[in-house]
This record gives sequence, C-alpha cells and structure tokens, in this order.
Amino acid sequence: MSDQLSHAEHQHPSVATYVTVAAVLTVITLVEVGVFYIPTFHPVLAPVLLTLSATKFALVVMFYMHLKSDSRIFTMMFSVPLLIALAVGIALLFLFGVFTLGGGGA
Amino acid sequence: MTAVAQHTSTGLDNRKLGFWMFIGSECLLFGSLISTYLVYHGRSVSGPTPDEILNIPLTSVSTFVLLMSSLAMVLALAAVTRGDRLWTRVWLLATAGLGLTFLGMQAYEFTTFVHEGLTIKTNLFGSTFFVLTGTHGAHVAVGVLWLLTQFVRSLQGKLGPEKAINVEITGLYWHFVDVVWIVIFTVVYLLR
Repeated sequence: MSDQLSHAEHQHPSVATYVTVAAVLTVITLVEVGVFYIPTFHPVLAPVLLTLSATKFALVVMFYMHLKSDSRIFTMMFSVPLLIALAVGIALLFLFGVFTLGGGGA
Repeated sequence: MTAVAQHTSTGLDNRKLGFWMFIGSECLLFGSLISTYLVYHGRSVSGPTPDEILNIPLTSVSTFVLLMSSLAMVLALAAVTRGDRLWTRVWLLATAGLGLTFLGMQAYEFTTFVHEGLTIKTNLFGSTFFVLTGTHGAHVAVGVLWLLTQFVRSLQGKLGPEKAINVEITGLYWHFVDVVWIVIFTVVYLLR
C-alpha cells in the first residue's frame, strides 16, 4: 500500500523533538533581531545573520520536512535545485556588479 | 476505500517524490525572485527606501507566527499518524489560523506601505519587494486553503492514519513556505 510504503520510508521524530526544534527556532529568531539592533554586531551583521538563517533553514528542512531521516533521493531532489538557484543568484550578483572579484560591493 | 498496494522502482511513494520535485522547482522560482530583489537593492532613485519604511518589530512577530505554524503542522501530522482525530483537527485548524494571522499582518504591512507612498510602481525597491513578498503571501494563502480542505476531510471522517501521507505532503508545502520566509526575513528585512 502506498500509504504504508510512505511510513516504511522513515521514522518521524517524536513530539518532544518537534517542540525542541520550535524552541531553538524561536531563540535563533530572537538572536537575529537582537543582533540587528545591537550596533556592536554591525561590522559582522551579514555573516552572523546568514549563518543564523541557514541554521533555521536546515533545522526546518531536516526535522519538520524529515529529510534527516527520509530517503536520500528526496534530499537530492531538494538540494540540487536549491544549489542551482544559489549558484544562479550568486552569478547574477556578480553580473550586475553587486559583488566584485576585488572584494568590494557596488 | 482501502488503498491498493503500489510497487515503485524507487521504493518511495510517487506522490511524495512528485511533490519534492515540485518543491525543487519552487526553489528556482523563489531563488530568481530573491536574486532580483538583491540585484536591484539600493538602486532606487527615489524613496521610500527599506531603511525608511520596513517595520522590523512587526515582521519579527509575523516570522514567529509562521514558525509556530510549522510546529502546529508537525503536531497535526503526529496526531493523524497515531489516529487521534480530535488533535488532528485542532492542530490543522491552528496551523491554518496562524497562517491567516501571518497573512493579516502582511496585509497590514502592505496597506501601511501604500499609505506611506510605497507601491509596486513607486521605485525598484517597491517593485521587487511587493513581487517577492506578494508571491510568498500567495503561497501562504494557497497553503491555508489546503489546510482547511484537510480539516474538512477530517470532519467528514476521511482523514485517518491510512491517509497520513496527505497531511505529510500538505506539511511539506507548508514548511517550504516557512523556509522561504526564513530567507526573506533575513535578506529583505534584516540585511540592509
């Protein structure tokens, strides 16, 4: 049965894991907003915020979308287009001069 | 009706495989919209600019609302998997309600911006901002309708543990909408 097949693919995380992930996501969001308002962090704002955002993204995808425990095929079907989108985005930013190879921004 | 066994060459459910393919295509859609926003960022020749108009406290709350909706969604999946019809309905309705709250806050934000002189035609920021966040909001609206459909199916007694895959796929869509917002919140609102 296809429905049973789906459940055979992986074991879902427990409710406790779901709640823990939600708590971590909330804390990270609070840190993001805090970092935004604290002038001390402004020189490193971009790398800090991008790291925090990537962590939240990974937590949702791994635990709520079950890619951590699900078939690797699903991970491939998600990560390949994601990497293509990321590569195209970075290429466009170089093409339009937002990023430059000299390291400065436009 | 009892589901009929389907043997697939991958050993995976074809509906889920197809939906992951759809999510992959959505990555490319939102990737292009976010890239366009970034390419035109800071190139508006007239205001209002992001620094003048974006409301971080309001958007932080709406981000929290969307994150909590993802929690409600997985709790709905856990409930339907264990055959708990009452809590399946509660969490599906909670997810839809939080999604509607997010949409209400976005509608308030958009209305405020229009009153402050930022429309889709005002400048490059307005064009790219409204297209990106509007497309995301449309996805949230579709998700809310989908969740309400599942809620009605549950009320009709047609959403038992044997149909958990339907809730799981709804959840995949909902969580994808959530991760897109995680990126938009950082790129558009926090990184200036």
